[in-house]
Amino acid sequence: MAELLEIKDLHAGIEGEEILKGVELTVGAGETHVLMGPNGAGKSTLGNVIMGNPVYKVNSGSICFDGKDLLEMSVDERAKAGLFMSFQNPLEVPGLTLDNFIRSAIRERTGAPIKIFQFKKKLEEICSLLDMDEAYVQRDLNVGFSGGEKKKAEIFQLLMLEPKFAILDETDSGLDVDAVRIVSKGVDIFRKNGGTLLIITHSTRILEGLKVDKTHVIVDGKVVKEGGAELVEAINAGGFEGLKNE
Amino acid sequence: MSDIKEVKEPSIYDFRDEERDEDFYKVDAGLTEDIIREISKEKHDPEWMLEFRLNALKVYKEMEIPDWGPPIDGLDLNNIVTYVKPKTKMVGSWDEVPADIKNAFEKLGIPQAEREALAGVGAQYDSEIVYHNVKKEVEDQGVVYTDMESAITGKYEQMVKDHFMKLVPVNDHKFAALHGAVWSGGSFVYAPPGAKVEIPLQSYFRLNAPGAGQFEHTLIIVDEGADVHFIEGCSAPKYNIANLHAGCVELFVGKNAHLRYSTIENWSKNMYNLNTKRAICEEGGTIEWISGSFGSHVSYLYPTSVLKGDHSHSEFTGVTFAGAGQNLDTGAKVIHIGKHTSSFIDTKSITKSGGINTYRSSVEIRPTALYSKASVNCGSLMIDSESRSDTVPAMDIRTDTADVGHEAKIGRISDDAVFYMMSRGMSEAAAKAMIVSGFASPVSKELPLEYAAEMNNLIKLEMETG
Repeated sequence: MAELLEIKDLHAGIEGEEILKGVELTVGAGETHVLMGPNGAGKSTLGNVIMGNPVYKVNSGSICFDGKDLLEMSVDERAKAGLFMSFQNPLEVPGLTLDNFIRSAIRERTGAPIKIFQFKKKLEEICSLLDMDEAYVQRDLNVGFSGGEKKKAEIFQLLMLEPKFAILDETDSGLDVDAVRIVSKGVDIFRKNGGTLLIITHSTRILEGLKVDKTHVIVDGKVVKEGGAELVEAINAGGFEGLKNE
Repeated sequence: MSDIKEVKEPSIYDFRDEERDEDFYKVDAGLTEDIIREISKEKHDPEWMLEFRLNALKVYKEMEIPDWGPPIDGLDLNNIVTYVKPKTKMVGSWDEVPADIKNAFEKLGIPQAEREALAGVGAQYDSEIVYHNVKKEVEDQGVVYTDMESAITGKYEQMVKDHFMKLVPVNDHKFAALHGAVWSGGSFVYAPPGAKVEIPLQSYFRLNAPGAGQFEHTLIIVDEGADVHFIEGCSAPKYNIANLHAGCVELFVGKNAHLRYSTIENWSKNMYNLNTKRAICEEGGTIEWISGSFGSHVSYLYPTSVLKGDHSHSEFTGVTFAGAGQNLDTGAKVIHIGKHTSSFIDTKSITKSGGINTYRSSVEIRPTALYSKASVNCGSLMIDSESRSDTVPAMDIRTDTADVGHEAKIGRISDDAVFYMMSRGMSEAAAKAMIVSGFASPVSKELPLEYAAEMNNLIKLEMETG
């Protein structure tokens, strides 16, 4: 299978502190990968660096996405190339409705006017799938949303925008069992439609019912172990400490 | 979006005065009685109006220039006559309107005929029809909607005389006096008791007299129980060769009447906008101000509500946008006189590229205004670190039965929010424009759809240029 994302010897961090210390990671098109690791290992940093968060600085290494040099591209160019990230803490934008936000995003991505009928139909389907009240999309973006609502709104955006590749940054954290199940259902639809996934998590709940192709474990800024779905179970049983002892 | 990106710097609203001396009459410096008499004659004023103007001229000469706000020394008051002389060439032909202004009209999607009218160079043939349709509907309810010149020479002369500059007296400040002396153009509205006008009356369709946007006078009288929405201006840049605007708006809200007064102003960026707006409410009356202030070099603008009657109510919702080279001093005033009166002020200011915004408000609760409520809420958003935003909220409470609240917030545009929006495919400029539009949404939400769309379009243009 063709590689969609290829990261080589990536060193990155914030001013004065290197967080990623030579990450190597490859994700094939249509695959579902899981990135696990203890707190502070650099999981979210990696997601943010792939997406292009200007807070982080890349010192060396390369990221290739769909044949393009990602590090040469601005954040919006990366999004238009098919990259998406579900935020751990989605930002609030008062006065901008979720509906308006998603319409603008689609217009920017396609460069064409929205096909109203198709848009509405899709929106209704996704709302029903995610057990979301449609009135919800008329609320200001993430303003006053509960933690669970914010995460659902991220998956709503994922399904509306249909990117090639989605990074889910701790999308399951802080969710109750029912919400995790709904989010997993949305993620599974994305996967079944051919979407590629990099799921960042330090728990395993979101992975139940998802077919995982590969697991990467990151510790102290480096991928220390890779394996299949069985690695998730090993971590479930023995934690990251068990891995270190190997 | 893509056509907006093509806008070249400097901002499309920036243009310089490039008129040559030979375009103008050579006249004596300063305003004279003769000039006032000439204006009055040209306008076929009744005798009392001539007297009024001459008195205002006297007051104007005696008063000092205000020194408490942004500097206005760039305004050449010795040459003020060139702004007001009736035969002064205020505007020429459409061909003479600067290309950047024409482009702005185009980008805002305003039809050719209306562009010419807004630039003050042509009659507004297309809109004339719309205007007449509006007129028919309001006339059926007995509502009078006409230009000030017609009102003052027609059967509403006495009504005009009873109200004209009674709320804003000529000695209020120097530019009110100037206005009294040289005013020209504007709208007159009278709504009889119980009239309910569903559609907003739009002065947009009235700006067809050359130079009418300069010293225009708006007089609106809403009688007992009547309900009117008046909307003024549009987001196209108003083009005037002369760089002073000193209009006056007087709103009389009767017992249990309701008036909503919405304005979107976008002055060219050489303009000194020294405007005076005031409303007075009788018992149970409500005044609602919706105000969007864009453009101008310097603005002084504080719409004032006088809550005279018991249980009268005022709401002010405003947004001000200051960019490079702009110093905008705006806000609102409320004077509570009647018992159980209430007021609510909600303002948003946006500042970028070294612009200066000062929010200035005054809430006065007099001893008679027992059990009154006032709430002031002002928010500022700064787009960059070179801009400046000040807040000067004054409160004078003379009764201990009042319930008063004040909240001020100053913030910057969040880099995280910009990153978040860009990660969905929006350009940095588009993301910022959407954040700013969202911030200004308390105003746009209150506007009719087409005006709200124009305002957001204008914010986009301002964000993506200069």
